Amino acid sequence: MMPVLSILTSLPVAGGLLCLMTKRASLARGIAAVTALASLGLAGWIWLGIGAGFSSGGGMKFVERADWVPGLGIEYHLGADGLGGLMLLLSAIVCLMSIVASKKVASQPGLYFALILLLESGLFGTFTALNFFHWFLFWELSLIPAFFLIKLWGGEKRGPAATQFFVYTMVGSVALLLAFLALYQATNSMDFEVLTRMASSGELATAIQSHLGPVALWLALMVLLGFAVKVPLMPFHTWAPAAYSEAPPQVTMLLTGAMSKMGVYGLLRLALPIFGQQLAQVRTPLLWLAVLNVVAGAWAAVVQKDLRRVFAYSSVNHLGYCLLAIFAVAIPNGQGSATTLTQTAALDGVILQMFNHGLTAATIFWFLAMLQERTTGPLATSLNIDGFGGLRKPAPVFCGLMGIALFSSLGLPGLNGFVSEFLIFRGIFPLTWISATVAVLGLLITAAVILTVIQRVFTGPLPQRWAAFTDLTTGERLAVAPALILMAVLGLFPQLILGTVNATVTYLLAGWRL
Amino acid sequence: MITIHTASLAASWFAQENAAPFKPEFIEGAAATIVRILWLIPAIPMLAAGLIALLKQPQRRLAAALAIGGLGCSLLLAIAAFGHVLTSWHAGAATREVVNFNWFDMGATQLQLGWLLDPLAAVMLVMVTFVGLLIFIYSTGYMAHDENFTRFFCFLSLFAGGMLGVLIANSLLLLFMCWEIVGLTSYLLIGFWYHKPSAAAAAKKAFLTTRIGDIFFLLGIVWLFAQTGTLLFYNVGFGAIESRALTTLLAQPAALGLSAATAIGLLIFAGAAGKSGQLPLHVWLPDAMEGPTPVSALIHAATMVAAGVYLVARVYPLMSASLHPGTPTISLTVVAWVGALTALFGALVAVAQNDIKRILAYSTVSQLGYMMVGLAVGGVAVGMFHLITHAFFKALLFLGAGSVIHGCHEEQDIRHMGGLRHSMPWTFWTYCCGMLALSGFPLFFSGFWSKDAIIGSAHNWPVSQGPFVLLLIGALLTAFYMTRQVSYVFFGKWRGHGTPHESPSVMTMPLAILAVFAVGLGFFGTPAWPWFSSFLESKPVAFDGLAGFNEPGLVLLMTFSSLLVFAGLGVGWWLYARRPIAAPALAPFHKHRQEHGDEESTAPGEIVDVLEKASPSIWAFLAGRMFFDEFYEATVLRWYGWLASLAGWLDRRVWGGLVSAVSDSFRGLGWFNKNLDSQGIDGIFDKGCEELVTGGGVLAWLQAGRTPGYLRMLAFGVLLLAGLALVVGAAMGQVRL
Repeated sequence: MMPVLSILTSLPVAGGLLCLMTKRASLARGIAAVTALASLGLAGWIWLGIGAGFSSGGGMKFVERADWVPGLGIEYHLGADGLGGLMLLLSAIVCLMSIVASKKVASQPGLYFALILLLESGLFGTFTALNFFHWFLFWELSLIPAFFLIKLWGGEKRGPAATQFFVYTMVGSVALLLAFLALYQATNSMDFEVLTRMASSGELATAIQSHLGPVALWLALMVLLGFAVKVPLMPFHTWAPAAYSEAPPQVTMLLTGAMSKMGVYGLLRLALPIFGQQLAQVRTPLLWLAVLNVVAGAWAAVVQKDLRRVFAYSSVNHLGYCLLAIFAVAIPNGQGSATTLTQTAALDGVILQMFNHGLTAATIFWFLAMLQERTTGPLATSLNIDGFGGLRKPAPVFCGLMGIALFSSLGLPGLNGFVSEFLIFRGIFPLTWISATVAVLGLLITAAVILTVIQRVFTGPLPQRWAAFTDLTTGERLAVAPALILMAVLGLFPQLILGTVNATVTYLLAGWRL
Repeated sequence: MITIHTASLAASWFAQENAAPFKPEFIEGAAATIVRILWLIPAIPMLAAGLIALLKQPQRRLAAALAIGGLGCSLLLAIAAFGHVLTSWHAGAATREVVNFNWFDMGATQLQLGWLLDPLAAVMLVMVTFVGLLIFIYSTGYMAHDENFTRFFCFLSLFAGGMLGVLIANSLLLLFMCWEIVGLTSYLLIGFWYHKPSAAAAAKKAFLTTRIGDIFFLLGIVWLFAQTGTLLFYNVGFGAIESRALTTLLAQPAALGLSAATAIGLLIFAGAAGKSGQLPLHVWLPDAMEGPTPVSALIHAATMVAAGVYLVARVYPLMSASLHPGTPTISLTVVAWVGALTALFGALVAVAQNDIKRILAYSTVSQLGYMMVGLAVGGVAVGMFHLITHAFFKALLFLGAGSVIHGCHEEQDIRHMGGLRHSMPWTFWTYCCGMLALSGFPLFFSGFWSKDAIIGSAHNWPVSQGPFVLLLIGALLTAFYMTRQVSYVFFGKWRGHGTPHESPSVMTMPLAILAVFAVGLGFFGTPAWPWFSSFLESKPVAFDGLAGFNEPGLVLLMTFSSLLVFAGLGVGWWLYARRPIAAPALAPFHKHRQEHGDEESTAPGEIVDVLEKASPSIWAFLAGRMFFDEFYEATVLRWYGWLASLAGWLDRRVWGGLVSAVSDSFRGLGWFNKNLDSQGIDGIFDKGCEELVTGGGVLAWLQAGRTPGYLRMLAFGVLLLAGLALVVGAAMGQVRL
């Protein structure tokens, strides 16, 4: 069998090397776009393959296995299921969108596109690796291009933003690393599937207890910290608005569209299966933090002036639903079919929400990139919300299409965001109705935030200085159209994704002991 | 009951995608073709909307043709569906037929959606498509000179699709989805003249206020789903509002001694209250008059705002589910009181408004209250009958108001109209029909029969006579404020500027047709021939003649309420039409209004209403709409602002401060490592990066080797770190700490 996942992971690296060799911006962008398109094709093929293979259960497909450092329990172990496969697809989509959106790179186009491709590779590796060592390499690898992309092409305060982003994530990573080293010490394994099995049989707890003493909860919290920073979970989120607003919007597309999903993915792939019982012990405070994410994240977006910061906080809010559902699910399972169905609904919703948020947030930042391109010049200072108004007059298509993305973010039925949010609330309401009832406020505040953006930017009288604002070109319309069409298609036919996701979630839940 | 194995379009699409087995669909009753293609009724206007969206602005005729053609097809299908139900009814067959399909997998189950056809849906389908079509046609005249004519018809078509979807949904979830689409189009159409800040603000207010109701509604949906495992209304006995599920819900205690059925019913009613402008969520509806008048007629009078009433009617089995059948439930008691208070509130405020559309808007709020009471105290048929008659006469009134506004050169203040009965005869006579129907003029107008049925049921309500009294006062006020409006607009002398003119026939024809229905519809629901309620309840209908009035007290009550209506009409006439309203000196007022943009205050030289002279304070209270908006601004909106500032402050100061504190303390600890740190991170990275960006000549060299070098170093560093840690860890593992 072809090592498809290895090919997928190395493809962007190869393209990135080619990009580095060229000096011409258009050529570099072309190479990058072709590479990303090829990756998307392959990721799509893998996704379809995963779905097709599910007649034999929802476990790992496209598995690759080889010894690496046997003495240390390090194995080259790759695989993709409905969770990882969907994230591969999302990463490929978002990277392609980011590359297409990067029309004018201020300097060093070859390096810029090479870094994006390297980041894509890091994402692919993270979403396919099933051995901690291997996984951690890619987890860290993706950080490096992101750091440089912020640092070199960012806005005025890019320096502190990049450093904060890097150091913050690094702290989380160190915690993760230490926790898994301890786990290795206790179990002699770094394989996710092995660790999951041990956790569900109870061996893991015994092993930790006998080798390390009563530290299982602490290990769980360290792992949680690593992911909490990445998602981000309040109060570990302060790097995010800075990074999202200082990075060029095209890079923020990657950060919020794909990289933030690494954290949620980690929670689903590592934290819940391995430390589910420990998370259940601290479930209540975690739930309140997640509710805080949802509500305070949305509320903080209300007072932001810079459009990028508005949507940075909006991302915090949207990922808060994922966190809320993940924490809500952390109750002892096997309590009967009704609870299992509820947990399944919640996790289906989480995974779908990861995809939906990635697609929608990336599209919104794409529109912000186009807005920025049109407003840089002597008149514009930033994407300050107060500086706009009445853009529907000169640019009806821009406003109409961005409106679709905004309403997707708002959770309008018929577009993608609604289904996942509905599933999440369907899941969490029976599990923790108080959290659900408070968190539902987030839906209201998000609506207020988004309608305020529309009101301030699109409607009202047109300021003189935007009288010559140009509408989207035909090329731009065609470029964003697939993303918008995908939003509508997924809003109407969520089964296209949920069929595979649901099979995976059912399979995973059966193997976990929470 | 027939089991159909041919899956619907959507289901077969999924069936190919997935190996998962799909449950067959169940169709209650006969599986008629019309039921299977019922989904086309909302789909055709939606498709039309999609096509219009692709048109260019100058393609006006095509846009209008697509919209009208699309809705016309829906009307034909709706009539066919109505005929089908009618046939089944006459044949004594089952009148409810459903088609369900799988939407997506959830665990070992599937989430199912579906559509249904029953008398309730059939009546609404015909009403919405018919009234909608008339308003579409009217709009071609009203919006003829608007530069965004094509987009207007795109939004209108999308609205029609969403609204028809609400009507045929056999799933609370599908209903909610269409409900939100309808909310979106309402938002888009209120803010249609987007360059006006007031329109943009009103649109946002409408969306957010209804969404407050909707989040409760959503909670109700997920609760119902979690409890019953389905969101289908009807599914051969396994639907969420069929007796099996209701028994479970009744047995399930929620909080405060309420059963889950009651709690869910109240949550769903909150959604209905938001959409239907019930207290205290009514504040958006009057502001929604910022939209073009055909929109006010279609969405904010006849159809969308009635969707809340329809929702309550649809989930009526849930609302009325009780362990003690026959007693009024808590949910319905709440509905009755909210409706009654809203009915009185709307009528009171409508008395003191001067904007022709705002009077009608508050009248709509009030009438929606009547419908809610009707549902709560008299059952589905009583509330729904008023919904149907109201849809016709209120659409008529709004379109008439649009004709007046059109003919008076965009004037909306009734104080600057007058005497229009001479210059706009068609509009005048049709408007009178609508006005008398709304007032409940006895015997000959539809509003009388539908409103009296509600008042009569309220009188028989065992819980309290409160709603009954409130509704009676409301009926008096309704006749009064409509007489006031008509006197101001059509009687006396012309007080405006320019010359008023009658509207083109494309606008007056719909008025005439609606007027016929405003009069005639009432005869489908008289005690003598209760066709409407029999149809909705699928009972045989009989012509009782005068025997239908034999119910004790019925004739007395009708006489009494008629007297109230006459009193309202008479007092209105006495105060406003007996003597012509004096024309004010207009010039200074208009100047003032232009300078201050102030529409509500009475400027110098303005007509002072006789009631305002009598009691300025009460008048100010009513004219200020009982200060609900001000109250919300002072409370909810202020808290919202505070909490937002708090969240922002927490972010900047507390969380950000925490991070700074931690990093500062680390910096303190790492003081000894200062060299390594500052040189290592700040030094190398910053310097390297600055060089990269600015060092023009060095760039080529850097690109050739240096930057990848950094990357390599970094990657290598991570590898090294990981390896080192592993080795150490392994070693530690061997020594066993």
